[in-house]
Amino acid sequence: MSLRSPLGKVLGRGSAKQGVSHWWVQRVTAVALVPLTLWFVFQLIHLPTADFDSVRQWAAEGFNPVLLILLIGAMTWHSALGAQVVIEDYVPHKGAKVAALLANNLLHVVIAVTAVYAVLRIAFTTFTAG
Amino acid sequence: MRQRPLSPHLGIYRFAYTMATSIAHRASGLVMSAGLIVLTWWLLAAATGPESFAAAVAVLGSGLVQWLLAAWLLAFCYHLCNGLRHLNWDLGRGLEKEQARRSAAVVVAATLLLAVLFGYVAFFAGVPR
Repeated sequence: MSLRSPLGKVLGRGSAKQGVSHWWVQRVTAVALVPLTLWFVFQLIHLPTADFDSVRQWAAEGFNPVLLILLIGAMTWHSALGAQVVIEDYVPHKGAKVAALLANNLLHVVIAVTAVYAVLRIAFTTFTAG
Repeated sequence: MRQRPLSPHLGIYRFAYTMATSIAHRASGLVMSAGLIVLTWWLLAAATGPESFAAAVAVLGSGLVQWLLAAWLLAFCYHLCNGLRHLNWDLGRGLEKEQARRSAAVVVAATLLLAVLFGYVAFFAGVPR
């Protein structure tokens, strides 16, 4: 005989109730990434990427730092959610799965913070004409 | 806890090429996730100084890495086109089998077209400013 009440047995069962948010954020970032990534690819193609000064000028001028930070935010978030689903589907062992999910989130946060820091540092240390 | 079958139990399905477009969406996404590390490294090098940036450019400009960049461009074109297909599905459109097969073919064609266009400009032509 169990001393747990019927209510106690069923509480905490079922989904974590975060599926809708995961699904929705994946779509919102996807929509945002269509113009942002196209902008970025067009910019990269235009850029003489081997030239230190012109890369910094480009990253610092006008609205570019803001767009770059938005791009980094949307990309890392979208990437974290996508990789999470792949890990959940293909890593069968429970312990390895939890470890991989933790590593996935931590790595994406580190990437996002580092990339934003780099953009801000370029923007604040480069003088642009106009 | 009882072991129940989870979602990708692929073995029971007869292969259809729409399955290949589905797994390629995940694969191209993961390829670009790895690319995030390279992008961050490139930005950080530009933020640090001319020497770090020169070192990064030396690596990025080498033969093997140029092929990797081309693979990333292809992955991007595919993920973009197939992602738009997914968003259209999310609106509840194009879900019939026949429509899904047709849109898969459109995605492959559009991907190749975009990749050749971007690839040509990025690696061979360059754009006059």
